[in-house]
Amino acid sequence: MAGAAVAVAALLPVVYLLVRAGEGGWTAVSDTLLTERTGRLLARSLGLATAVTGASAVIGVALAWLTVRCDLPGRRLWRVVAALPLAVPSYVGAFAYVSVFPWLTGFRGAFAALTLLSYPYVFLPVAASLERIDPSFEEVSRSLGNNAAATFRTVTLPQLRPAIATGGLLVFLYCLSDFGAVSILRFDSFTRVIYQSYQSSFDRTPAAVLGCLLLAVTLVVVSAEARTRGRARYYASGPGANRPPRVTRLGRARWWALLVPVTVAVLALGVPFANLVRWLVDSVQADVDLARVWRAAGGSLLASGLGALVTGAAAIPVALLAARHRSRLAAAVERSAYVGHALPGIVVALSLVFFSARYLTSLYQRLPVLVFAYLVLFLPLAVSAVYTSAVQASPALDEVARSLGKRPLAVLRTVTAPLLAPGVAAGTALVFLTCMKELPATLLLGPTGFETLATRVWSATAIGAYGDAAVPSVLLVVAAAVPTWLLSRRLGRQAAT
Amino acid sequence: MLSPRRIPAVAAVAVLALTAVACGGGSSSSKSLTLYSGRAEVQIQPVIDEFTKETGIKVKVRYGATPELAAQISEEGSNSPADLFFAQDAGGLGSVDDRGLFGPVPPDLLAQVDPRYHADDGDWIGITGRVRVIVANSRNVPDAEVPTDVFAVTAPRWKGKVGIAPTNGSFESFLTAMRVQAGDERTKQFLHDLAANDVKTYNDNALILKAVNDGEIDLGLINHYYWYQLANEIGEDKMVARNHFTLNGDPGALVNVAGVGILKSSDHQELATRFVSFLLGKTAQTFFSEKNFEFPLAAGVQPLPSLPKLSEVQSPDIDLSNLSDLDTTLDMLREAGLL
Repeated sequence: MAGAAVAVAALLPVVYLLVRAGEGGWTAVSDTLLTERTGRLLARSLGLATAVTGASAVIGVALAWLTVRCDLPGRRLWRVVAALPLAVPSYVGAFAYVSVFPWLTGFRGAFAALTLLSYPYVFLPVAASLERIDPSFEEVSRSLGNNAAATFRTVTLPQLRPAIATGGLLVFLYCLSDFGAVSILRFDSFTRVIYQSYQSSFDRTPAAVLGCLLLAVTLVVVSAEARTRGRARYYASGPGANRPPRVTRLGRARWWALLVPVTVAVLALGVPFANLVRWLVDSVQADVDLARVWRAAGGSLLASGLGALVTGAAAIPVALLAARHRSRLAAAVERSAYVGHALPGIVVALSLVFFSARYLTSLYQRLPVLVFAYLVLFLPLAVSAVYTSAVQASPALDEVARSLGKRPLAVLRTVTAPLLAPGVAAGTALVFLTCMKELPATLLLGPTGFETLATRVWSATAIGAYGDAAVPSVLLVVAAAVPTWLLSRRLGRQAAT
Repeated sequence: MLSPRRIPAVAAVAVLALTAVACGGGSSSSKSLTLYSGRAEVQIQPVIDEFTKETGIKVKVRYGATPELAAQISEEGSNSPADLFFAQDAGGLGSVDDRGLFGPVPPDLLAQVDPRYHADDGDWIGITGRVRVIVANSRNVPDAEVPTDVFAVTAPRWKGKVGIAPTNGSFESFLTAMRVQAGDERTKQFLHDLAANDVKTYNDNALILKAVNDGEIDLGLINHYYWYQLANEIGEDKMVARNHFTLNGDPGALVNVAGVGILKSSDHQELATRFVSFLLGKTAQTFFSEKNFEFPLAAGVQPLPSLPKLSEVQSPDIDLSNLSDLDTTLDMLREAGLL
């Protein structure tokens, strides 16, 4: 029930898109849809998303393997560093890339920037899975005479499949919806054209029609991902062994292996960082209103904190439903949760402007509607994290508790909740840091005069005052790095127990 | 980290906090206005503060980009909390006007600006003017050799030496004006020639100006006031770049306006009118001229001494209400491979 309610809420933008797309009548729809340009756009956007997802999967799995399962020098540190690009907003990152590598525009620019900034979506769940996999599976494989490579391919990799697939799905959808990178690096994707459509003709029909098409693509992709899960089970049937997995000794090669995290870190963190330092140097001359930046930081914490709590809580019923029930309804509920993530922020924001200005006048441009927007936009981040925990916990545990006479609520509290806790915490942290970076919905739906660090960065860069953007940018990245650090530290703790 | 047992408690606190935020500060005094501003804070807030000081009327400002705010007002329709919309170009004003969301600006205010700078139907009014210029590096290009005709920037001499910002609204308005004045074919040819001549593309006007000033390129197509902003920042003595106004009434010297409209749905028509009147007054016009380096449009305020009079700029004779068809312009930019 709760899951279905969340899904209905997440689908509000769809209703809006259908209303707006329908406004122009069938001819307007077909005029937009059945053009060569739309076909080309679709191909370009899907091409970009596929390439970025593939590259993110390779980087994410490689880094997870090296930092969790190999004796890489300083692997605990690298585990944290590998997650940190999540803290860099795409508009800050892309701006840095284009300043440092001015030739890096178009497809290759968008590909490089999006891959470097979004591979942690794959890295985090894969690293977590690598630590949680019952080592006895691999030991059995080795004892049967398989070498390390064969064991990785036939035993470990299949176990990582749900983590790679959910992480990859997030990357894919993020690529479809991102505006910051594609606009700065000038790659004509769906999202960029939707924005331009609002900017140029101020006509909402073509933008809404393209939005609907994007939606259809999302549903196909989400369903395809769900199919990869198949009927496989990922929890151990017996009690198993709860001990740390074995570490592969790389010998001398470990110094070469170190090049992988170092290169990724230099590109994904070093370049944006260098650019921020340049802005900071500029800002020494600019006269920065620090009190105001602190107020904006408070605004960021308040809005993102509420957004994360509400979204984290809403994700629990959806993820449980998806993990435990294989009905059509459960599938539909989970898929609908992903809709908001693939839509450009401006579309979700305008849809909530449409509904709340009409039907919730007293809440319009108040925090609750903004928090709700974060829920619609980022629900899948939390759902996928909770889901990953939920599938690794055997439902038999719940059933045993029920059979021992516990009431459903008590089971939820004493058995299910502790099993889900890591996933809920991870999802909440992920949503929190993503809310910190969010821009279009915050600008349109935040209370008038309400500022966050992201809106401060925007208002400075919009007038080319990059010096003024430095302090809020640095604070933004630092504040988003804290939950990122917690996310990756959680990995270390689990390995230690 | 958040333990699951604490989630219900935390959620309850969150809901309480939300309710408090939602209920607090909700009373909107009758002596207050809400402005949606597509113009950045530093370029208008001091004027608003002065208005509040003089009249006691508070102004709540929602800052955003002009196109997004125009889209937002369109979605809000008659429920818009906004009383006024300040847009950075005529296109943004025109789109809100096309939906019938603006009420008329009183005739005595319209009369204060040249009819070229307000809407034909009188529903929005220009507050300041901004002019397209060719900015040139004075070391590489003697003044006499700077093109006086914007079509000439595609000549072989400037191969790889011209900068444009294809995603910038002012550049796109300039192209739309070119289409209105010289026709679609000529504009297509112009863009094609630019691309064939290895034109350099930038993300915004400020970056073009910087490239011209540093000698990376010779010419750039920008708005006039960026020169003054940079001169203000690094000192006039370090300015190698010079502004040049094209001379034959071609779109190279298009005058666009930043302006304001009063929402029909506003319950504060009288206060909103007072605000518009203040924007047209001497204090505001002087601020826009001296701090933003724009062309004042009213109150007899003169532009900076280093700028020509607006009446002396040989701008194309184009109705700003006709610059709304940006779609075709963007298609052309895409076709030429520039967007």
